Amino acid sequence: MRRVYVCGIGATPIGEHWELSLRDLMVLAAKKALEDSTLTKRDIEAVYIGNMSSGILQGQEHLGSLFATWFGIPGVSAQKCEAACASGGVAFHQAFLAVASGMYDVVVAMGVEKMSDGNTYDVTSALIMADDQEYVAFTGSSFVGLNALIYRRYMEKFNVKHEDIAMFAVHDHKYAVNNPLAQYRKAVTLETVLNSPIVADPLRLFECAPIGDGAAAVILCSEEVAKKYKSDRLVEVIASSVATDILSLHNRKDIVTLNATKLAMNKALKMSKIDLKDIDIVELHDAFTILGVIHLEDMGFAEKGKGWMLVKDGEIEKDGKIPTNLMGGLKARGHPVGATGIYEVIDVVTQLRGEGGRNQVDDAEIGLAQNVGGVGGTVTINLFRRL
Amino acid sequence: MNTFINSVPRSWRERKYKYRLIGGICKKCNATFYPYRGSCPYCGSDDIEEVNLPKKGRLISYTIIYSPPSEFRLKQPYIVGLIELEDGTRIIAQITDVDVNEVKDGIEVEAVFRRYREQGADGIIEYGIKFRPISD
Ligand SMILES: [Zn+2]
Repeated sequence: MRRVYVCGIGATPIGEHWELSLRDLMVLAAKKALEDSTLTKRDIEAVYIGNMSSGILQGQEHLGSLFATWFGIPGVSAQKCEAACASGGVAFHQAFLAVASGMYDVVVAMGVEKMSDGNTYDVTSALIMADDQEYVAFTGSSFVGLNALIYRRYMEKFNVKHEDIAMFAVHDHKYAVNNPLAQYRKAVTLETVLNSPIVADPLRLFECAPIGDGAAAVILCSEEVAKKYKSDRLVEVIASSVATDILSLHNRKDIVTLNATKLAMNKALKMSKIDLKDIDIVELHDAFTILGVIHLEDMGFAEKGKGWMLVKDGEIEKDGKIPTNLMGGLKARGHPVGATGIYEVIDVVTQLRGEGGRNQVDDAEIGLAQNVGGVGGTVTINLFRRL
Repeated sequence: MNTFINSVPRSWRERKYKYRLIGGICKKCNATFYPYRGSCPYCGSDDIEEVNLPKKGRLISYTIIYSPPSEFRLKQPYIVGLIELEDGTRIIAQITDVDVNEVKDGIEVEAVFRRYREQGADGIIEYGIKFRPISD
């Protein structure tokens, strides 16, 4: 396998972009990433687009050709990749493989979701398609509801208080303040989080990632192309892994562990030949507060049932043991579903380049991005190292 | 929005496992699961037999849905639970015949046949299994 580098990043701010369409978002993100890379459109050989719900929410599929047409690069290899909320992560993985295999030298990994045109009921219908339509969506559970089942079980099993898990939302908002791409650049108190309306008991509105629009793109290149850059512009992809788990919670023996995170993590550590303790920064997929806590455990940073303590003890802060979600996480940076995996990569690369501004972690060398589809049916782990 | 499920053949096709608690039992690793399928999700064996699952169980976890998908609009709030049947097999279903303020983890429940959703104003009604508390 060849070495693979990230040589360009670009994204739209996340928000309710009433003036921008699905295709506008893709074109804007790709343009920014290409400018950042200093490459030209003609250099692009393949495009992988992460997207979950363009069909049901926009009446639009065939995003590969749509993007190639509107970006003015018809002829290239281009396709949509879907794995629910992990669509961005699997698109990145495909782009990585395309360069690592020797097939292409310059590839775009992109993610896009246009959600704000739909009403909340319809978006809720679209999101539960991440689980089993016949035996889970049929019951009327929302996607939030499935995570609420995990949440209640977790609190009961490990005797953890609601407020100790809800803290994760406060953490995300604190860091989103300094991220120009974030949907909610405003700090919130724990009281605000705990007093917000219930979406699916016990999950409160301020514990759930918001609905938003956005597109993000990164340019991946081979070593040969990478040679022309100064090293401070380059970040190496040292591992890229994808793992799946049994789709629905009722067929899993343990619902407070996402086994796919463990599997993907093991694969990624083996591939990169690094240890867990070498990781300096983490972007994890906290679509709901409880998931942030569980991911810290499943990735190995905390014992099962104790992930919340890392949050409480300040260990996921900028100067903590394992700085996490330093650009606002899913709760406050935002979660345009299929784009999230790519936003996470951008957040990690930004830190490794030392461009994190007021949120910059001192001397960050190795970063991790975790992207989760459904209730852990798919998990991708990507690891990066600055040169 | 729900055009993807507005299908009579689809409801007809799915009726067997939605109307009755028929699971699968793996002849290789002995696991049971709902619904039946031809391959074991745990060990991958294709040697699976249908099994009638117990109708009683215990509520492992639950949620109360206040912001539902469009097909369940105006039915909120309602309870969705994760139920462990007497033989250990688990299923996700609505919990019925109990007030949202009175539902509790660990309560004993039994299966009942109930209405789930309608395929629009003119479409057919979809039925399935819900669980209700067993009164002592
Ligand atoms: Zn088996």
